[in-house]
Parts: sequence; C-alpha cells; structure tokens
Amino acid sequence: MRGESLFPQLEQLLPQVSKPIQYVGGELGVTVKPWDSVPVHWALMYPDAYEVGLPNQGVQILYEVLNERADALAERTYAVWPDLEKLMRTYQVPQFTVDSHRSVGHFDLFGVSFSTELGYTNLLNALDLAFIPLLSKDRTDEHPIVIAGGHAAFNPEPIADFIDAAVLGDGEEAVLEITDIVAAWKAEGSPGGRDELLLRLAKTESVYVPRFYDVDYLPDGRIQRVIPNRADVPFRVHKRTTMDLDAWPYPKKPLVPLAETVHERFAVEIFRGCTRGCRFCQAGMITRPVRERSISTVGQMVKEGLEFSGFHEVGLLSLSSADHSEIGDMCKGLADQYAGTNVSLSLPSTRVDAFNIDLAQELSRNGRRSGLTFAPEGGSERIRRVINKMVSEEDLIRTVVTAYTNGWRQVKLYFMCGLPTETDEDVLQIARLAQEVIKNGRAATGSRDVRCTVSIGGFVPKPHTPFQWAPMEHPEVIDNRLKQLKQAINSDRSLGKSIGMRYHDGEPSLIEGLLARGDRRVGAVIREVWEQGGRFDGWSEHFSYQRWIDACAAVGIDVWWYTTRERKQEEVLPWDHLDSGLDKDWLWQDWQDALTEFEQDDCRWTPCFDCGVCPSMDTSIQIGPTGHKLLPLTPVNGLRVTT
Amino acid sequence: MSKRQPPGGQAPVVQRVRIRYAKRGPLRFTSHRDFARAIERAIHRANVPIAYSQGFTPHPKISFCSAAPTGVASEAEYLELGLREAVEPEQLRTALDSALSPGLDILEAVVSSTPGSLADRITAARWRVEVPGVTLSSLSSAVDAFMAQEEVLVERLTKQGRRNVDARGAVVNMAPYGSEGAPCAILDLVVRQVTPSVRPDDVLSGLSVVAGLESSAPGGFLSCRATRLVQGTLTPQGEIVDPLELDRATPAVNG
Ligand code: SF4
Repeated sequence: MRGESLFPQLEQLLPQVSKPIQYVGGELGVTVKPWDSVPVHWALMYPDAYEVGLPNQGVQILYEVLNERADALAERTYAVWPDLEKLMRTYQVPQFTVDSHRSVGHFDLFGVSFSTELGYTNLLNALDLAFIPLLSKDRTDEHPIVIAGGHAAFNPEPIADFIDAAVLGDGEEAVLEITDIVAAWKAEGSPGGRDELLLRLAKTESVYVPRFYDVDYLPDGRIQRVIPNRADVPFRVHKRTTMDLDAWPYPKKPLVPLAETVHERFAVEIFRGCTRGCRFCQAGMITRPVRERSISTVGQMVKEGLEFSGFHEVGLLSLSSADHSEIGDMCKGLADQYAGTNVSLSLPSTRVDAFNIDLAQELSRNGRRSGLTFAPEGGSERIRRVINKMVSEEDLIRTVVTAYTNGWRQVKLYFMCGLPTETDEDVLQIARLAQEVIKNGRAATGSRDVRCTVSIGGFVPKPHTPFQWAPMEHPEVIDNRLKQLKQAINSDRSLGKSIGMRYHDGEPSLIEGLLARGDRRVGAVIREVWEQGGRFDGWSEHFSYQRWIDACAAVGIDVWWYTTRERKQEEVLPWDHLDSGLDKDWLWQDWQDALTEFEQDDCRWTPCFDCGVCPSMDTSIQIGPTGHKLLPLTPVNGLRVTT
Repeated sequence: MSKRQPPGGQAPVVQRVRIRYAKRGPLRFTSHRDFARAIERAIHRANVPIAYSQGFTPHPKISFCSAAPTGVASEAEYLELGLREAVEPEQLRTALDSALSPGLDILEAVVSSTPGSLADRITAARWRVEVPGVTLSSLSSAVDAFMAQEEVLVERLTKQGRRNVDARGAVVNMAPYGSEGAPCAILDLVVRQVTPSVRPDDVLSGLSVVAGLESSAPGGFLSCRATRLVQGTLTPQGEIVDPLELDRATPAVNG
C-alpha cells in the first residue's frame, strides 16, 4: 500500500547497525500527516549522513513551509551508512523517510538539496535503494518527480540524466508553486502523465527540465549549443529570489534531533546574498542581491526558536554576518537579553577587521574566548587582489594582534591554495604572515602563549563566478606547494611551535572541479563510480581518488580537459542556459580584472556596478538600518507546557 | 528566562524530584547519551527551575539512576533533578513530558523526602523479551536447560574486546509464554542488578550456549524486542518493590 510504514521491517535491522537513532525520526518539530489526507507528497533529501543533513537550514525551511499547507505533506530522508545499506539490500527494504518510514518511491516529488557536488553518488544510491530507475527516461507515472536544488543545481548538467528537474535559487516560494502545479494536475486526473506535468513545471521558466533541452557538441568536444527540443519551453531558465525575509521567518519550529549532529544550535539566517565580490565564491555570486532580515525579526525568531527547541546556542548565519547593517545593535541587544543565562551566541564571521573582534567580544561576555577565525583567503597581497579580497598585510597583523591582546589565545587563519595565477611564492607568503602574527602577538601580549592555525582549502572554480573560465592547478603542484609551505612554517623552530597547519590534499578538489564544471557527459563517470562502490564522497575516509580516475578512463572522459583547461570567452559553457542573473559579459570583465589585479567594490556602499542581477531578476538590495533596538525580555516564571 | 542565576554563585538545591520515565517504540533506539541531551533541552523548554553545580562550567543537576541499553525499551527508568525552586511534581511531570518527543515519556514525578540514593533501591529488574524466530516449545526446553545450570558463560563484545560473563547467576526467574506457532515467543525474566550487568541479549546467548537455541529472524537474537517493565528492590519473596514507594508514602518537608 502506498505510504505504508516500513518500520516493522526496519526495526529488525536497526539493532545491527551503528547509531540506529538516526533512522527513527521522532525529533521535536516533526510533522506527521496521514498519507491520504493530502494530494501532494514530498520526500526531501539532504544527500549526506543524518548527522550532517539534519541541521541543514534549506531542508528544514522547505519541510516547514510545505507541511504548513493543508494540501501537502513533506518528509525527510538522508543517506544511509553502508552497514544499513547492506542490510536494506539483503532484506529488500527500500529507501525510507525518517518521519513516517514511508518508501521514498511512493512520493509524488523527491527533492534533493545539494550544497556540494560530492553528494551526487549518494543521490544515485538513494534512487537505487528507493527502487526508482536511475535514468529519468526510464521512469513512469508510478515514480516520483526527482528535483535537484541547492547551490549545485546552478549547473545540474552532470546529473541531468538522473534528475527530472532542477530548481535554481531560493526554494521556499518555488516548492509552493510546484505544489500548486502538481495539486492542480492531479485534481484534473493527471492528464498527459509525467511528461505533461514536467512541461507544466518547465513553463514556469524557473524549473529546468533537462530532457526538454538538447546539447550539441563541436568536433573538438566543446559545446556548440544547448537548445530546447520543443517549442513551448523557455530558452533560458531563471533563478528564484525570495524578497522580504521578514515575511519568511523560517524555521519557526526547528527540528531538534535526538541523535548527535554536527551543529547543536538554533540557526537564524540574518541575511541572504553577499556583494563583497570574492571572485572564487559561488555562494556570493548566485545569491545576489543582499536581502537583510531586520533586527526585530531576528530578535523574535531567536526568542521563539530557543523556547521551542531548548537549544542553548544561537548561530547568526549568513555569508558574512558582520556585514549586516544592524549587526552591532543586534549582537549587543541579544547579549543583553540573554546575559546571565546559559544561552551562548555565535557569529560565524571571518572578516579581517577590529569591528569583528568587537562583535566577538560582545558575544563572549561570559568569558569564553574559544577561538576566532579570520579569512584572508590569499597569502600575498597580490593574490588577494586577484580574488578581490581587500585586506592589507598590515591590517591583518594588526587585527590578529588585537584579538590576542583582548584575550584570545588561539586564532585560525583561513587560506586557499590553487587560485588562478598563483605561484609558489604566493603560498609561501602564508608562512611569513603566520610568523609575523606570532612575533607581533608575543611582543604585544608579553606572553609566549599565543597560537595560530593556518587552515588551507583547495580552490575549485565554480559556475556563475568570474573564475568559471579559470584552469585548475594539477594536484601534484598543489601538494608540492603545501609541502614547501609546511617546511617554511617550521623553518623558524621557535615561531613554528606556535603555528599549526591544517590542509587537505589536492585530489578531492580536482574531482569536485570535474563535477562542478562538468557537462552531461560527466554523468557516466558518476554512475560508474557509484557502481564501483562510491558513496559519501565528501568524507575523506570514503572518498577514493583512484576510483574516480579509473571511472573517467572506463567511460572515456578526460578529467584534465574538464579541470586544468582554461576556457575562452566564446566557449559555450554547460550552464549558459541557466540564468543566475549575472551578466556573462560582466563576469568576463571581472575575470579580466582579476588577471590585471583590479579590485571591485561592494555595491552596498558604492554605486551599482551592473553585475546584471537586479534588473534581470527584478530585485533590489534590501538593507537597513531600521533603527530599531531589541528590548529587554521579561523573565518568564513557572513551568511551560508545550502544546 | 528561567536560567537567570544570582551573581556570585549558583542557587542552592531546595527540592529534589525523582522521576520515572519510559523509552518506547521507535525511540527505544535512543542511546543514553542521546537521552541525556534530550532531557537537558526539555528542562529548558519546560522552564524547569533546575539548579546548577558550582564551578567554571556549571552543569545542571540531573542524576541518572539507570540506563537501558540502546535498542531496549523501558517502562521504568529513573532520574533525579535538583531544583532551585520548589515545584508541584505533577505539573513538573506534565511540563517535562510535553517538552519531550512522544516515545520518551515522563510517567511519574515524586518529591524526594527520604534519605538514601535512588540507585541503591534498584537491585533487580523484570523484563519482557520477545524472541523472534523461535517456537514456544524450543524456547521452553532451552529455558529448562539454562535454569538447571549453576553458571552459563557467554561471550560479550565490549570496548575492551571480548570478555566472558556469567549469564545465569543474575537470573532470578525466567518463564516462557506465548502461543505455539506465533512468529515469536516471549520470555518473562527477572534479573538481579550485578556488575557487569546482565542484559537480555546475554541471557539469549546463554540459551543458545546451553541448548543450541537459534533464531530464524533476519538479525537473529539481535532483533529481539526487549522491554524493561519494572525496576526496584528485590524482596526475599522474589517481588520487586517500586523504588519511589518510600517517597510517595512520606510527605515531603518542603514540597
Ligand atoms: S545589479 Fe548592481 S546593485 Fe544589484 S547586486 Fe549587481 S551590482 Fe549590486
């Protein structure tokens, strides 16, 4: 029977797997509805383990807005670990939702949110476990419509054969519109089957249905063109932008897990978008323009979210939280409101300036100075101009020293390796910077008890950024640079003792690069890797570089052509028909500016520089200050009964 | 908020409340650590005036008297809360229960009015164990063989590696029931609290050691469904006395 609970079968398997609690649901904040009470059924997946997927804001928001509707239900599913997968295959238990343990294959829609391309093999595994045909073309009216969302959906071409549709941009209004369309189509008796439904979705111009587009290739392998193969679908599909975040104060009822997860906190998104213009940052580019949530709404959400969840940590999230126009009042106001309680506030901000330290100080009044992170991203001033991260060496050292003199003993500095035009010298500058920081820190504090950790991530060129044309560096070159850097850090024993270094080797980044800028032909690699056992590719203990390289060879894909090759201006990129609002000419100009080390200001504080987003998406910057302040909370006495 | 604390120290404990709770259905897969986190959050959600320990990182005053193993259901787990304000226990029970997921259920709250720790009053437990994939008759003869032994050594996997435990010594009583032909047979089991504790799966291993009992279910004995029905003080007559009975009978001084 459709929508029936699989729990009786599942519970026999759970005693044999690790951390069974992650598969049983029962979190605070869940909604369980009878299957037949609604026409539209959504299964939402974050394609990683529960401990990573549950805290994901995107999924929680969609889950809540969908379940608020009287005509829809939404349930969640996550990637199962290999121990349970093996048992599910042996005993024929399909991929299930954690809320009511229903078979994912029974839902009308299966929405998968990708924050990284390394989740693709987990998508294939979930489809297979759900008994849903891997290929879109093999699915029938019995199967869910498989929809990709999240940042990776801005180039879904590598998974184009496996999904039925993709949604670009903010999801909350998109899922409601899709629900309307599915509900109407079902009410009419599902005319024209699956194809008709997909057509109706495509006609919105904000849902991309890959099967309605053909890709032609040039003899040299580049794309000639991507064109609709039927007259009634748009040439380009546009991203969705949710305006007025005060009207969308989700999550109102955050999901509180019983299992341990990576973030045990109530997270409030204080704004979306970022126009700092870091050229490597896909998130900043595809989420423009900046839209702030007002201080009053944030205060209200924090109060209600804490009461609902019982969490004692609040995270004020965004791409660069110190940039909120009312962040000073917000941090001070919240710190006042929760003074003397065990509620702690955190602000993931890595801005390199004294103001950021002031904020951190405000938030750690109770004396806990755990750690501060700054992200100069590039080791030399030259490379920082290339990536448009305007931080002078002097500022950086001064900021870190201020942190030390204000009581922080441990500071983390975040950098990238493999950036366009990077030389060994640019990376070696990281060592010098770290040494200067320690030297000056010791002098200013009169203590040897100051430490810094340099943390290095691999650069991956992403679609819809000025670096979408850039060549990637070969992993061997990266690994060699990191080796030199390590030696340079330890070249001075006394300083080196106070400097830690954390990094990943270059190989996973290369594969992420292949998937990020891949076209439809790369789908065969993903499938081959999955067939050879590839799962959880975002986890170093599960990722196998060799498996990916072998798969490329097996299906005849030249990994280097996709990664280390520089693209020319006239090349048709696999995602050109997907509209993030950014003007391709502007992106190209910004790429040229990068090469000539020319910096670009932020349009929040200087005039619009015509990146294209606002006019093409009919949006505009929404920032404060509103001038409002947070008022003291009235202490509540007496026991509270939740209903 | 309830968590305001006077400057310069933590408010003292003015009331201790003893609580019986259950772990039911799918949430029997909650581990003890998971439950400990959930109860801490529930205390905040319900605005319970919990007291904190002194020191640099104050901890809420919660003491657990028992921890049913992950995957095992229970109708009789106990914990004690130290409060900085006196509350009405039934209101506390309702508030706390409403702040937890269904399946983690607060069954009873009693103000502690007697000396001695709750843990000392727990010397035995009664279990109901559904044994899948065995017939009632094969289970019955295995039980007879088991009870006839003085000692039955079984192997258990611990973090330190394999070790042998005696599964027989702690068993006070064991009675199979159910109907012939049912997919599982049921064991009624009374086990004394010993260290290391003897769990239902140890007893089932014991049955296969002495009588070669095997299960045809997917996970074998691993997929047995066990429920701790009662915990308390074992009397010489073999009865188990509810550990909250004394507190219930003695009116609280400050409650
Ligand atoms: S269009 Fe102008 S104002 Fe809008 S995000 Fe781009 S640069 Fe900023």
